[in-house]
Amino acid sequence: MAFWDAVRLALQTLRAQKLKSAFSLIGVFIGVSFLIGAWSIVNGINQYMTDKFAGTIIGVNTFHVRRRPNFTPHVSDSTWRAWARRPRITFRDAEAVAAGITVPVLTAWQSSDNVTVEANGKQVRDAEVTGATERYFEIKNLAIAQGRPFSAQEARGSVPVVVVGSEVAEKLYPGRDPLGKPLRIGGRPYRIIGVVEKQGKLFGFSLDRFVVAPARSPVQDLVNPPGVVDALIVKAGTVELMREAMAQAEGIMRSRRHLRPAQENNFVLETSEGVLEFWAGIQRILFVIGPGLVLVSLVVGGIVIMNIMLMAVAERTREIGLRKSLGARRRDILRQFLAEATTLATVGAALGVATGVALSVLINLATPLPATVSPASIGLGVLIGGGVGIVAGVYPASRAARLDPIEALRQE
Amino acid sequence: MSRVQEFRTGDTPLPDVIILTHKLAREYDMGLEVVRALRGVDVQIRRNEYVAVMGPSGSGKSTLMNLIGCLDTPTAGEYWLNAQKVSDLSDDALARIRNKEIGFVFQTFNLLPRASALHNVELPLIYAGIGARGRRERAATALTRVGLGDRMDHKPNELSGGQRQRVAIARALVNDPSILLADEPTGNLDSTTSQEIMGVFAELHRQGQTIVMVTHEADIAAHAARVVTLRDGLVATDHLKAA
Repeated sequence: MAFWDAVRLALQTLRAQKLKSAFSLIGVFIGVSFLIGAWSIVNGINQYMTDKFAGTIIGVNTFHVRRRPNFTPHVSDSTWRAWARRPRITFRDAEAVAAGITVPVLTAWQSSDNVTVEANGKQVRDAEVTGATERYFEIKNLAIAQGRPFSAQEARGSVPVVVVGSEVAEKLYPGRDPLGKPLRIGGRPYRIIGVVEKQGKLFGFSLDRFVVAPARSPVQDLVNPPGVVDALIVKAGTVELMREAMAQAEGIMRSRRHLRPAQENNFVLETSEGVLEFWAGIQRILFVIGPGLVLVSLVVGGIVIMNIMLMAVAERTREIGLRKSLGARRRDILRQFLAEATTLATVGAALGVATGVALSVLINLATPLPATVSPASIGLGVLIGGGVGIVAGVYPASRAARLDPIEALRQE
Repeated sequence: MSRVQEFRTGDTPLPDVIILTHKLAREYDMGLEVVRALRGVDVQIRRNEYVAVMGPSGSGKSTLMNLIGCLDTPTAGEYWLNAQKVSDLSDDALARIRNKEIGFVFQTFNLLPRASALHNVELPLIYAGIGARGRRERAATALTRVGLGDRMDHKPNELSGGQRQRVAIARALVNDPSILLADEPTGNLDSTTSQEIMGVFAELHRQGQTIVMVTHEADIAAHAARVVTLRDGLVATDHLKAA
């Protein structure tokens, strides 16, 4: 019997027994739709993390020279205490590194804390207040929508000017031009000289609730002890240049700190890779749990299909006997029941693929996650579905094939 | 009897002998005892014979039927079908013989309930590896031959008992078998319909079809030209009716 005859026969049987068939494919259906849905969500989170999160928090081709990692998921107390004993990054460290890197890079200082800012009788609580140098805006891709950034001279001096995020501007001077207007940061008077373009949100948190003031201006007392920065930010044009700059920065820092070759760095060079490592950790967990769930539902689906097929073999014993008496060989019967089981599972898988894709489209529309269905997951889904059918079908089919035609024909 | 070849082990049957059994025996090992269903049956059936096999239950006629139909293999003796020794063939080889050489007609029709008459008749051709178009043509021809040319798309439950058995006969004939093997073909039919089916058999016999029919009804056996009676696993009588 040709393959397509077997499949057509299988489809006829399935059409004749719609309800039973529908139940039997639920397991595979759920397994495959979960596989595709979950895969597309992970894809989406992945892209979100890589493009937006890592890009926003640290920046592309950028590294930070810090006392300790800024992004620190699960750190033991002892590690934490060790970090706390490290010397801080000083203005002079930052100047020396910035001056010592020979490849073309942009550098900026950064020190941040959450401080309340007020003006015009209004307040913005816990705004992110950053003391920075003039290249900060360029490195962070903060476009100035109104006014101007502060200059190198203003950064080096202690001129009390400030560039504010769009939310801060709107809250303090709603409907009015904020440029040239006063603003108090932790009680110290500043003058607004620029407003940054609206950044939107990340994980629901506003990215526009900040102010940036020159590093040596009075905010330095609010964000750090005297003469200390949180980070020196270094941005290069390419990954290769960034690596080279990192090596140079490391050498400069080690020699400033008089570290012997055997001693570990008492500072960190943090890149967006560090942030992505955290995500990779979550991803590893998902990659263990996800396939586990898929596997469970597929095993259940397989068992259901096997049961349905065993029932089918029992119910159709007479038919099997008849087919054998008409000349069906063992392998014809085997093929027929295998085709039936595989068709069942494949139909289930196909419906699962459709649902999984729909799920992903829905997530794409309803949430900021750019969930994308990977073609590989569709292929894998269908392959797994068919595979489950074959595995679940083998035992019932071989039982059917081994039936004695005389016994089978005698069955009522 | 002149029509019987003196057959010894090692011989081959004469060319027009379609069925030849030589000391055919079948034992069933029931664990505690061995049931000897057939104890050495010698039967020869020539091309275009119409033979009824009779006998009380337990006489071994079902066992003989299964052996002749290649559904079972003997424990001893030889069985030749259409010049081929089939008594020691493998399962798959027997399936092929059943497909090519034998057309079964069952007491309970054994049609697939959800398939049309046409599809039921196509079944043996599927296993013969014949393509879809060839199958349809030959199945349609076979159905027309039994007078059901206008009922091809009907399902079995849309047909009368006699019509169902005609579909089964068409299915038996569709692959041009050497023998038509009928097991109580009228057992589930009323007497009028039984006569109608016997009429179909008579017509097929007249066209040259070899027919072997197992029955326990004497008036049905009377339609055959020759009646073989079994008793206790042996041939008891073998009568040729005067033509």
